[in-house]
Amino acid sequence: MTSWLLLATADAVTGAASRSQEGGLFDLDATLPLMAVQVVLLTFILNALFFRPVGRAVEEREGYINTSRAEAKQKLAQTERLAADLSEQLRGARQDAQKLIVEAEQEADKLYREALATAQAEAITVREQARRQIESEKEQALASLKADADRLGALIVDRLLAA
Amino acid sequence: MVPLPLALPFAELEVGQQFYWQLGRLHLHGQVFLSSWVVIGALLALVVLGSRKMERDPRGLQNLLEFLWTYIRDLAREQIGEKAYRDWLPFIGTLFLFIFVCNWGGALIPWKIIELPNGELGAPTADINTTVAMALLVSLSYFYAGLSRKGLRYFEYYVEPTPIMLPFKIIEDFTKPLSLSFRLFGNILADELVVAVLAFLVPVIVPLPAMFLGLFTSAIQALIFATLAANYIGEAVHEEHH
Repeated sequence: MTSWLLLATADAVTGAASRSQEGGLFDLDATLPLMAVQVVLLTFILNALFFRPVGRAVEEREGYINTSRAEAKQKLAQTERLAADLSEQLRGARQDAQKLIVEAEQEADKLYREALATAQAEAITVREQARRQIESEKEQALASLKADADRLGALIVDRLLAA
Repeated sequence: MVPLPLALPFAELEVGQQFYWQLGRLHLHGQVFLSSWVVIGALLALVVLGSRKMERDPRGLQNLLEFLWTYIRDLAREQIGEKAYRDWLPFIGTLFLFIFVCNWGGALIPWKIIELPNGELGAPTADINTTVAMALLVSLSYFYAGLSRKGLRYFEYYVEPTPIMLPFKIIEDFTKPLSLSFRLFGNILADELVVAVLAFLVPVIVPLPAMFLGLFTSAIQALIFATLAANYIGEAVHEEHH
C-alpha cells in the first residue's frame, strides 16, 4: 500500500508538471458529491422499480400462503370434529341395535315359554279328562258285569232248586 | 502512469490516470461515470425486465429478483432489527446491488476494447470517489436513522455503557466511513491490479485463478459493505433495555 501511495504521489507530482492537471489514486474531486447524488437517485429508482413491487409480490404470496394454511387447518379441524361426531353416532346406533336384538330375543323367549306353558296345561287337562272317562267307563263296565253275574247266579240257583 | 520494470508493448497498466471532464470549474472523473452508467443501466434493465409482470407463481427473472429481495431483506432484518429495517431496506439493497454489479462489471465487461484519451474504464468502485461517496452516505444515514428514531437521546449511545467510551465512540464515527471506503476501494483496485499485472506478465491461463478469486472477493466486498452499513444503522436505532 505504501509503495502504491508513494508511486501515486510521485505520479501526481510528475503528472502535475506535465499535464497541468493532477491525477493519482487518491484524487478526490467533484466526482464524489455527484456519485453520492447518483447513488441516492438510484436508491429512489430501485425503490420504485424493484424493492416495492417485488416486496409487495413476495409479501402478498406470504400472506396468501399463511391464510391458505390457516384455512386448511380450520378445515382439517372441522373434518376431524365431524369424523368424531359420526363415529359417536355410529357407536350409539350400534348400541341401539344391540339393545333391540336383546329385547327381541327376550320377547321371543317369553312367547316360546308362554306357548309351551299353555300347551302343557292343555295336554294335562286333556289327559285328566281321558283318565276320568276311562275310570267311569270301567266302573260302568264293572257294574254291568256284576249285575250280570248276580243275575246269572240267581238263575243258576233257581234252576238247581227247582229241579 | 506507474513505470513498471517490464514495459512490454502488448499490455499497458495505468494507475491513477483519470479521464477528466470539465464541468464549470469542477473536475470529474469521466471514466468512473461512464462505467457506472453502464452498470446502472444493466442493473435497471434487469430490474425492469424482471418485474414487468409480477405473478404469484414466479417464473424466469422474477425468481432471481425475489431471491435477491429476500436475501437483502434477511440481511437488513438481521442487522437492523424487526422494527426499523423496512425504512432502510431500499438503501441497503441499493448499496449491495450497486457495489455488486460495479465489482462484477469491472471484472467481467471487456472495458479494454473502448479506448479513452486518458485513463481507462474499470469498476467504478476502484475509484476512491465512489467508495467515499457511499461511505459518507452510510454515515449520514446512520446519523439520520438514530436522530429521527430517538431524537437527542441518540447521543446517549456515546456514553453507553460508561462515559469512558465517549472518545472511542467519537473516533468510531470517523473510522467507520474511512474503513468502509478504503476496504472496498483497496480490495477492488488491488484485484484489478493483480489481474492486470498477471495478464501483463503471462497473458494466458495464469490470470484465470486470480480472476475467479477476484469475482469471489468482489461479491464478498459488496456483502461486507452492505452488512456493515446495515449494522451501523442498526446500532444507531437500537433501543437499550434499561
